[in-house]
Amino acid sequence: MAHGGGGTAMRALIDTLFLEAFSATPHTAQEDQARLPLAPLVAGGDRLAFTTDSFVVEPLEFPGGNIGTLAVCGTINDLVVGGARPVALSAAFILAEGLELACLRRIVAAMADCAREAGVRIVTGDTKVVPKGACDGLYVTTSGVGVIPADRAISITAARPGDVVLVNGTLGDHGAAILCARGDLALDVAIASDCAPLGGLVEALLAAAPNTRSLRDATRGGVAGVLSELAEASAVSLTLDETALPVRPEVEGVCDILGLEALFLANEGKLVAVVPQAEAEAALAALRAHPLGQQAALIGTVAEAGPHGPSVVVRNAFGGRRTVTMPSGEQLPRIC
Amino acid sequence: MRATERMTVTGSVQGVGFRPFVWRTAHALCIAGEVRNRGDHVEILATGTQAQRDSLAEALRRGPRHARVENVTRTPEALLFTGAFTIATSEAGALQSGIVPDLALCPACHTEIRTPSSRRWRYALTCCADCGPRFSIVTGFPYDRANTTMAPFTLCAACRADYENPADRRFHAEPVACPTCGPRLRYTGPATPGEDPLDSAASLLRAGGILAIKGTGGYHLACLATDTTAIATLRARKHRPTKPLAVMVADTAAACAFAAPNAAELHLLQQASAPIVTVRATPALPANLAPGLDRIGLMLAYTPLHALLIEQVGQPLVMTSGNRSGAPQAIEDETALRDLAGIADGWLYHDRRIARRLDDSVCAMIAGQSMTLRRGRGLAPRRLPLPAGFETLPPVLALGGDLKAAFCLTQNGQALLSHHLGDLPAEGVENTARQALADYQTLFGLTPALVAVDAHPDYISHRLGTALSQQRGLPLHPIWHHHAHIAACMAEHGLAADTAPVIGLALDGTGLGPDGTAWGCEALLCDYRTAHHAGRLARTPMPGADRAAREPWRMLLAHLDTALGPDATTHALALGLLPALHNRPLDTLRAMMRKGVNAPPCSSAGRLFDAMAALLDIASERLTHEGEAAMRLEALARQAPALRETLPKSLTDSGPDEPTNGQPDGQPDGRAHSHPGRRPDSPTDSPTAANTTLPHAATLPAPVPGMVFGLACTPDGVWELDPAPLWAAALAAKGRGVPACTLAAGFHAALAAGLTDLVMNLLPPQAPCPPGFTQPLLRTVVLGGGVMANDLLVSALVARLEAVGLRVLRPAFAPPGDGGLALGQAVITAARARMETR
Ligand SMILES: [Fe+3]
Ligand SMILES: [Mg+2]
Ligand SMILES: [Zn+2]
Ligand SMILES: [Zn+2]
Repeated sequence: MAHGGGGTAMRALIDTLFLEAFSATPHTAQEDQARLPLAPLVAGGDRLAFTTDSFVVEPLEFPGGNIGTLAVCGTINDLVVGGARPVALSAAFILAEGLELACLRRIVAAMADCAREAGVRIVTGDTKVVPKGACDGLYVTTSGVGVIPADRAISITAARPGDVVLVNGTLGDHGAAILCARGDLALDVAIASDCAPLGGLVEALLAAAPNTRSLRDATRGGVAGVLSELAEASAVSLTLDETALPVRPEVEGVCDILGLEALFLANEGKLVAVVPQAEAEAALAALRAHPLGQQAALIGTVAEAGPHGPSVVVRNAFGGRRTVTMPSGEQLPRIC
Repeated sequence: MRATERMTVTGSVQGVGFRPFVWRTAHALCIAGEVRNRGDHVEILATGTQAQRDSLAEALRRGPRHARVENVTRTPEALLFTGAFTIATSEAGALQSGIVPDLALCPACHTEIRTPSSRRWRYALTCCADCGPRFSIVTGFPYDRANTTMAPFTLCAACRADYENPADRRFHAEPVACPTCGPRLRYTGPATPGEDPLDSAASLLRAGGILAIKGTGGYHLACLATDTTAIATLRARKHRPTKPLAVMVADTAAACAFAAPNAAELHLLQQASAPIVTVRATPALPANLAPGLDRIGLMLAYTPLHALLIEQVGQPLVMTSGNRSGAPQAIEDETALRDLAGIADGWLYHDRRIARRLDDSVCAMIAGQSMTLRRGRGLAPRRLPLPAGFETLPPVLALGGDLKAAFCLTQNGQALLSHHLGDLPAEGVENTARQALADYQTLFGLTPALVAVDAHPDYISHRLGTALSQQRGLPLHPIWHHHAHIAACMAEHGLAADTAPVIGLALDGTGLGPDGTAWGCEALLCDYRTAHHAGRLARTPMPGADRAAREPWRMLLAHLDTALGPDATTHALALGLLPALHNRPLDTLRAMMRKGVNAPPCSSAGRLFDAMAALLDIASERLTHEGEAAMRLEALARQAPALRETLPKSLTDSGPDEPTNGQPDGQPDGRAHSHPGRRPDSPTDSPTAANTTLPHAATLPAPVPGMVFGLACTPDGVWELDPAPLWAAALAAKGRGVPACTLAAGFHAALAAGLTDLVMNLLPPQAPCPPGFTQPLLRTVVLGGGVMANDLLVSALVARLEAVGLRVLRPAFAPPGDGGLALGQAVITAARARMETR
């Protein structure tokens, strides 16, 4: 792949590649913008959800997905955890000179598949090619819009004492998968990323537990990161049951070796849900009935914040407790 | 000729029966006048002859048993008193410093509870002005009965008479009680109906059961210390597989029968603080008391309840903190009954509430001097007078570290170092710390103007301090960990606020250094304000970060690979020399170290000890408590045969004999408290030939040829100890079949020698005024960090440093580890403020 203004043929090739993959309707494809009819949006709810995210990952392709599926799922999931039904995405690419065209094709095809499965269209986009070294392979930025039905009021500030905390499956799969896929850590295990769009799962959950308070996808910082934010935002204390945290044995193994904790590892198809105690059972059943929630678990409870403010505490098998704090930057040893 | 003098007495003079002491003395001397408490001192107006007044002044300088008199001033007064000497009422608010540490049972009370004719016969909650609970029952200010947990108990007529009689040893002892009016003993658990609680508890223990017992500062879990099965049960139920358990004995005779304390250790045991003292274990002890160690923590029965129980059981008892794994020690009856339900078989308690949790204090004789390893019951809230120059500095609140947390408040030239609060990441400890902070500020009336924290941004204490400084609008001072370790020791040894720089050796696990790496074996040229990084152990990655601090084999791999290269390590592995590395994911760990994935560089001494313990196959798979591998390594080194054979038998049989007395190097707790029971054959207060600060030859490790550290100056001007030659020699010697204990001893010797060489390179004339300082370096080496609790290392180090004419200062009042950090943070911050205000 070459960059610059000269390569008209290349330009065309890339445009075709994207157009074909994302199968935008021919007449809008000629315009400088995607045009979305308002009427169906208005019929679907009373608020528009709008989000954007950039994706950088090494390696570009890994078991369970690639940078493209991450970009599509990440943005869809950012929409659906607000209760929105995703409508359309944009995708902007920065490609490094020298990137294999075949690789790009695979990534783009996977994006298209993923969007199609999630029932979302990729309606607009852009590509830039930069000199080798200016960028590492490929970066993607996706933005998305969705519609929030009028009866939904899901918020990170809405958790209340007495609620329970659910997660839709095993922790840290994506983070562990990336560490293994890098290939330079001699980790001889195959772990697939959990990368998946969570729209269907959220709809099933909200049908079963209409009073769901909070939803968050547990990406960077892991479930621990999300819960720290949630406790702070809702001004509550969370207690997690360590024995209830679902973790794949192979992820546990990787964590053991590297000295990491699955609770802090990134996920790309996991959400944390806070639901009222009364709907806990229905919510859990709904999650487990969905293909993306078979290993869903109730991992903790919400209580009044202590006299000294919100906190997240993990209770272990012996009844011991420790406070979860997010490291300020790179983890520094804390043991004296 | 009769005249009047005003005498003021300062020091630790309140809550210790000072006024009755003055009253009795004055009566005995036929002096007229009065005594009263005034703020932080006691004032006496005395009318009498010159000789009478001189005698009184002399007595004042001595004070009653638990007082620590700092100064007595005498000024003439015009008025003349006649008639009997009286105790004047204290002015309101005058008892601000009247809160003193809890005191162990005194001989008089002990005799009384064993005297059937006494109305306090077998009364488990008796006390007097010389003994009993103090800080553990205080609920408010000022210190009088209404502001203690004794408030609900109204004195009976007999007790009131005792309380009001200046000639009685119970005069103004706030917690005075008797079976009629005081708290009662209770027992919950298997028992014969109608049985006395003490009898039920004793039967339970004798049958091998586990008893939860309410002590002064919290609940303990007790079982027979001679019963391996009972100990194993306790360990299993508490999920505490290896951490050494403390043992309580009736008296010093029982201590000597059970273990092998030396004279100095017996002396420490008898302090009024009744600390746990680590002493030599004997082979006869159950092995699961302190697995892998040759030391055992002993304490004497320090409350009437403990004394009565142990007497009845007739055997030493394990006394470990009464808590669920990870949770703080229970202090409330309901908590103990609920939380200890899966652990204890019975509960022995009473209805005197514990106002605050105070863990047992821990002390040890380290290279011939006493050292406080944990400041808790009996030591807190004793203050440390700060050196010259700190009197007028702004008050500082320092938050300390995260493990062995304790905070420190400085004001008016004194430092108030809080009691041991526990590890902040553990359940409930952060809350405990916040409550204790509020508690201390109310009780002691301190209002900080500056807040100091450890510089590590992820320490809970750092976040706590940051929030506090924001709430109150106070400046925040982040202090580097190892500078704080050294400054703490400087302060307790009286180095003035504007002291010339010293050489600090800070050895611990890890703390964050200003270069962003994990420090832990550092030489600093420092005064209070500035620290110049002058030396360190060569850095090694910690593959797995905190995980590497728990799994010593990781550090063994890291050290060997760094020192000798992966090929040499692999070769040694193939020769079967490294069982600790068998079946480990070595490739991954090596990749982590190469790529810098969760493998931060450290210069930690603690991790070096871990690695050596792993090489010598004594480190457990996963450490369950701090310093575990290092303690085992030290114990192993003490077995080195070469060492024993070269010494006369009498030397190897007793350790250091006598602590040096008084400030600043003295015992943490002032004078001895003559404890109930038979005294040891050699009286503790008669110094022996070995009364010297030089440690005993018996504790010095023998060098092993070739086991040495390299020493070189790095391009950034830091002297670096390189352990590569040490590892090469140790590995080779292991291959030749040199016993592990010899290598462990050689390691200690090598580290002491290496540190000494490093210090020698920092001495003038090369750099008379170190960079950044205006005064020449003092020939003084200040030790700090948790590794300084290693008797073997410190003995060797002190001997070497003193042999070359250097003065060595080591922690005594404050723990050498992170329990003392707050003191260092506070004095650094105060000294810096002093610079700014000039
Ligand atoms: Fe430290
Ligand atoms: Mg986003
Ligand atoms: Zn007494
Ligand atoms: Zn009474």
